[in-house]
Amino acid sequence: MSDLLNGQAPAGPEADAGDDVLIRADNIVKYFPVKGNGLVRRTVANVQAVDGVSLTVKRGQTLGLVGETGCGKSTLARCIAGLIPVTSGKVYFEGKDITNLPRRTMQPFRREIQMIFQDPYGSLNPRRRVGAIIGDPFAVHKTATGSERKKAVQELMERVGLNPEHYNRFPAEFSGGQRQRIGVARALALRPKLIICDEPVSALDVSIQAQVLNLLSDLQSEFGLSYLFIAHDLEVVRHVSDAVTVMYLGRVAESGPGNQVYDHSRHPYSTALLSAAPAADPDAAAERQRVLLTGDVPSPIHPPSGCRFHPRCPKAQDLCGTTEPALENKAGDPSTHLTACHFPVEAGEDLARVGRREQS
Amino acid sequence: MSITEVEFQATAVENAPVKSIEGRSQWQLTWRRLRGDKIAIISMVVIIIIVLAALAAPLVASATGHGVYQAFPNNGLTADGAPVGPGVHGFILGTDNTGRDLLVRILYGARISLFVGVFTTLLGAVLGVSVGMIAGYFGGWVDTILARLIDAVLAFPFIVLALALAAVLNPSLWIVVGIIAFFAWAGIARIVRGQTLALKEKEYIEAARSLGAGPWRIMFVDILPNLLGPVLVLATLFIPTAIGVEATLSFLGIGIPPPAPSWGNILNAAQDYYQVDPWFVIFPAAALLITTLAFNLLGDGIRDAMDPRTERIFAGRKTGRRKNGKRGKGLNLDNALLVGEQATMTVDHPVAPGEES
Repeated sequence: MSDLLNGQAPAGPEADAGDDVLIRADNIVKYFPVKGNGLVRRTVANVQAVDGVSLTVKRGQTLGLVGETGCGKSTLARCIAGLIPVTSGKVYFEGKDITNLPRRTMQPFRREIQMIFQDPYGSLNPRRRVGAIIGDPFAVHKTATGSERKKAVQELMERVGLNPEHYNRFPAEFSGGQRQRIGVARALALRPKLIICDEPVSALDVSIQAQVLNLLSDLQSEFGLSYLFIAHDLEVVRHVSDAVTVMYLGRVAESGPGNQVYDHSRHPYSTALLSAAPAADPDAAAERQRVLLTGDVPSPIHPPSGCRFHPRCPKAQDLCGTTEPALENKAGDPSTHLTACHFPVEAGEDLARVGRREQS
Repeated sequence: MSITEVEFQATAVENAPVKSIEGRSQWQLTWRRLRGDKIAIISMVVIIIIVLAALAAPLVASATGHGVYQAFPNNGLTADGAPVGPGVHGFILGTDNTGRDLLVRILYGARISLFVGVFTTLLGAVLGVSVGMIAGYFGGWVDTILARLIDAVLAFPFIVLALALAAVLNPSLWIVVGIIAFFAWAGIARIVRGQTLALKEKEYIEAARSLGAGPWRIMFVDILPNLLGPVLVLATLFIPTAIGVEATLSFLGIGIPPPAPSWGNILNAAQDYYQVDPWFVIFPAAALLITTLAFNLLGDGIRDAMDPRTERIFAGRKTGRRKNGKRGKGLNLDNALLVGEQATMTVDHPVAPGEES
């Protein structure tokens, strides 16, 4: 099988040299067709949910993926997990091309890539007992049966902080935080290398969020896991991530090491997004200069020309509406910090003032 | 908050004393609610009595000494050849037009009615769930073909088909079973398809796919348990419909062929004697009525017990019943219901977006 895969992967393996790259998504495009109402349902348009996104997750590290609702974060996650086929682009897992593999060929990679879902209520089958839900991975991959499976499940339950004696209960008998632990246990069952967390804590109370986040970070150090961590809570992402990618309308706006992106953001969208995060300290909150964006996120069916952010960008110039900026390293930034902007934010520049001047 | 603090709290919460480690399943909860529903329990008792009576038919036959096909022209008929009424010459419910014991005939007829009702429903449910689940889960052209097939079957006039079949072949039990099952599956399939369309969008289905589960495993392990509730209700409510259809066909002479007893063909024979001996009509009709009513009321009760959302309304209905002195059947939350009695099944189901072309 590796021969076959090597033949299909021209740019892949050599780029992942040093094998610290666990998964690499290369120029992922996912369009959802919009069908007409006619008798023959032709595709009249495409929702460009993800339009050419590349990212890498390094072994043992966490990549945070942030962006507004509807920017394509979850779609990208499902493309990478192989749950929905990509329109174009490639996904490499440890250098092997796993793009759009048929189910049976994908099976070994399923063991390595697991998901934790956003909704702890919707992601557990209400008609099945917790033991059966957590034991599902063993049943599907036929790795453990009978009492062996039960023992494995109970160990997992204990590891994620659940009472193993609750094995025979139904999901409805657990709280939101406990249910998310069940989801974590299920994702952990096959000892995957990568766990894609699709907003794993956004449906939980803040106090419970901390518990689940700490559990995830404990598990990361214990099992050497890598996470692709999607969230719209910026502080959560900052807390857990080694590297951060900011998405806007199906494209990457900025990516780089966490502290670099948070403290020295170059893309006006990232700056605006970060300035919108509430500050816990009231004094800091009063001093904080928010960059107020005008307008709504444009429709992903007809995205703006050039830079997709230009209609809302306080720094936009004519060039932005015609030419799409490349995602590249800007002068003065570390080599891993990439920004897709013609006129990146300079250090000390007050974008809030620029925005206000534009509006008045 | 430090990690240890959080963990301490987490263990404190999860080590709290637990009342029961064994979770209550959907069925246990349903049974608990059903137990409180007097009408459903009475219906269930009535059904059990009818089943026991049907099973005991040969015992009754030997106790009375009247075989099911045995005619007694001497003491079973009056001087002018009419059937005798109940209690005459040891015939507990009287006799039919050829002097056979009506009680024994009705009890043997119950066997046929119950067999047809339950067997066709089982057949229809298995077929309907399979087709509906496959259509709903796979979608695409599979769904298009199966959904149109369901529509075609539901649009088919069943009496015409039954008449045509009876004309070509000789009427028999298996033709009756075949015809009823043929119409039973489509109604169930349509509702199951609608439910499957809704269920397959759930996140736990995606979770199962992310584990690597295949379509068949997802259908049987993840979707089917969620369908069993509605299907059980549908099936319970279809049994009386099937019994009614069997009686209709037999009454029209295209169902169970005489001399085999069926409530429908007993009624057919009785229609000429209702002035002479009304009991000849009343007893088989009452058997039919009580049986279908009991199944319908039990089905209603199961539906109410199955869906926790109806519980409050169910309680309201109880008080309403006390006030009005009758059962308030107007409160019908379920939009996925067979409308019984007739073989034409009026079914509504939520139309999933993009389903209609």
